[in-house]
Amino acid sequence: MSILQLEKVSKSYGSGNEQVEVLSDINLTIGEGEFVAIVGFTGSGKTTLINLINGLLFPDCGTVLFKGKQVTGPGPERGVVFQNYSLLPWLSVYQNIYLAVDQVSPGTTKKEKDEMVRKYIGLVNLTPALEKKPAELSGGMRQRVSLARTLAMQPEVLLMDEPLSALDALTRAVLQKEIINIWTKDKRTALLITNDVDEGILMADRIIPLNPGPKATLGPNFKVPFERPRNLLEINQDPVYKQLRNEIIEYLIEMGNHRRSDSSDSLKLPDLQPVMPGRVFLGNREKRKKVKYF
Amino acid sequence: MISKVLQPARELVEPKEKVTLINKDKLIKVVKFIGLGFLEPLVRIGVGEEPRKNALLIVKSTVFPVCSILLFLVLWHYGAAYLFNVEANIKIEAARAAQGEAAALAMKECIASGDLSCKPNVLPSPSEVYEAAVTLWQDHLAIMAKKVAFSEKVAETNASRQAQGLEMITYTGRPSFIDQIKTSILTVFAGFLLAMVLAVPAGVLMGLSTTLRTSFNWLIQILKPVSPVVWLLLVFMIVKTLIKDPSLDKSFIISFVSVGLCSMWATLVNTSLGVSSVDKDFVNVARVLKLGIGKNIRKIVLPFSFPYIFTGLRITISVAWMVLIAIELLAQSPGLGSFVWEEFQNGANDSNAKILVAMIVIGLIGFLLDRLMVMLQRLLVVSKSEAS
Repeated sequence: MSILQLEKVSKSYGSGNEQVEVLSDINLTIGEGEFVAIVGFTGSGKTTLINLINGLLFPDCGTVLFKGKQVTGPGPERGVVFQNYSLLPWLSVYQNIYLAVDQVSPGTTKKEKDEMVRKYIGLVNLTPALEKKPAELSGGMRQRVSLARTLAMQPEVLLMDEPLSALDALTRAVLQKEIINIWTKDKRTALLITNDVDEGILMADRIIPLNPGPKATLGPNFKVPFERPRNLLEINQDPVYKQLRNEIIEYLIEMGNHRRSDSSDSLKLPDLQPVMPGRVFLGNREKRKKVKYF
Repeated sequence: MISKVLQPARELVEPKEKVTLINKDKLIKVVKFIGLGFLEPLVRIGVGEEPRKNALLIVKSTVFPVCSILLFLVLWHYGAAYLFNVEANIKIEAARAAQGEAAALAMKECIASGDLSCKPNVLPSPSEVYEAAVTLWQDHLAIMAKKVAFSEKVAETNASRQAQGLEMITYTGRPSFIDQIKTSILTVFAGFLLAMVLAVPAGVLMGLSTTLRTSFNWLIQILKPVSPVVWLLLVFMIVKTLIKDPSLDKSFIISFVSVGLCSMWATLVNTSLGVSSVDKDFVNVARVLKLGIGKNIRKIVLPFSFPYIFTGLRITISVAWMVLIAIELLAQSPGLGSFVWEEFQNGANDSNAKILVAMIVIGLIGFLLDRLMVMLQRLLVVSKSEAS
């Protein structure tokens, strides 16, 4: 059964001549409990796609269905882990999570809420940093807090918008593992947006490349055949892994080249005359021409 | 053997040093907290930390400013002396022209003797201002003594009047300089509170809604630059009609309301700016969490715009203080402004000096009010982080 369905979705920014169609004709179906990764170049419209799904943006045409119903706005049932953490800097780790817990579980006692907050903070191994402010944490820790906050919303779909792209490789690996662990525990549906093919292969059941924008569309599905739990080292040795990885990367590069060769319009360089410093014109200049820079 | 002897000695020294370290850090914290950060190197040199570097810092942060003040005093002194001579010569020449050489000589002698009857009326010198300050203080003490004596005298009568349900007899004599300062500070705080109560909620509302902001923008832009004097007249027109009860202090109400209305604009504009510029990421978080409007304001909007609001409030209190003097001067409500005006009208031989005393006091209080706001801001930020 599909929990999330996008049908012929397209989205443009701007208006008139400036209008740029970022996404066009996006079709995507995600089943319950599935872990899907969308891989694409930066600037190909990945964040727009995730904002369409969580309801922060609305498509120009097409429909976004969540459990068979049209998405009318954001909500905690489609929790997002934002790319830039988006933690409230004036609240401590505890208070940041508490805000989410308080919001999604009305009618529970203070003690229950407190337990839940501690549970989620424990889930991402941040109990020692309970009372710290986001500014006192490292990037990896902040992203953990952000993850814990999203988990605390008890979302039915976990949307991750390049959650690890700002982190160093080591922290990345650790967090990838943690996310997978958490996901295996309660098998939520998850959608990961990333620019790292390896990350997608390690974490997801299915990888869909996003062709570079403008007018980005989704590419073909690549099933990831590895058994869980996956071990990075073992997978690395596997010839199937190498083949899959190469296929996806080749596809992306080919699409990128294709896209680039598409745009054949040559840009005209401006005809500029250098202005020498120190020359002062007095009175009316002979030709008061405006210099066009672009 | 040696180590055994040394060890207890080290133990004795170490904790002691730790204590001084903590005290130093605490002291520096306190000093910085009350906005006297320039004293930090003095504290550090006091515990013998990097004497050379800190001595240089002291020279820069304390000695130079003190020097500049001394330079100012010297310039003032000579400037005043020069003006005195100019005025004295004019007087002598006037006497010569009117009554001849003998009168001019008499005038010259009279001025040289320092007699008050022929003292030229000019910019007072620093020493005269100092004397005037002393006079004002003694005057204050005298009035205080009078007040005490008066209350003792009427204590019995008051007791019996109270028993009969009649109004108490209060001292109605001339207020001293210190009383004027107190009234002024009271007025400025009342005005500031009014400004805060009006401007912060209005600013939040306007920041949240673009429609409200654009609809009121013109009105605000028009009202903002209006002079305090005009505000005073406007408030006078309204208060005169609204308040007929003679027991209320009408002049106080008029002055604090006009102060509030003049000074609230900075806070209003800053608050709405802060609220409207809440980071998009935080707005998204609030939307995903489906925070209600109240919670959104409390948890996201207000904390985000807190620095903006405080900048606005700081401007507001300094504007309030500046405007207050002018308004008191015009409204004839008691306070420093009317003190200055009365002294100017008075024209006694030390009036000018008293006006300058008031000027210095006004400057100092304005400075202190600003420091107070900085302290308050730090206090709120600190207590917020401690409450977590």
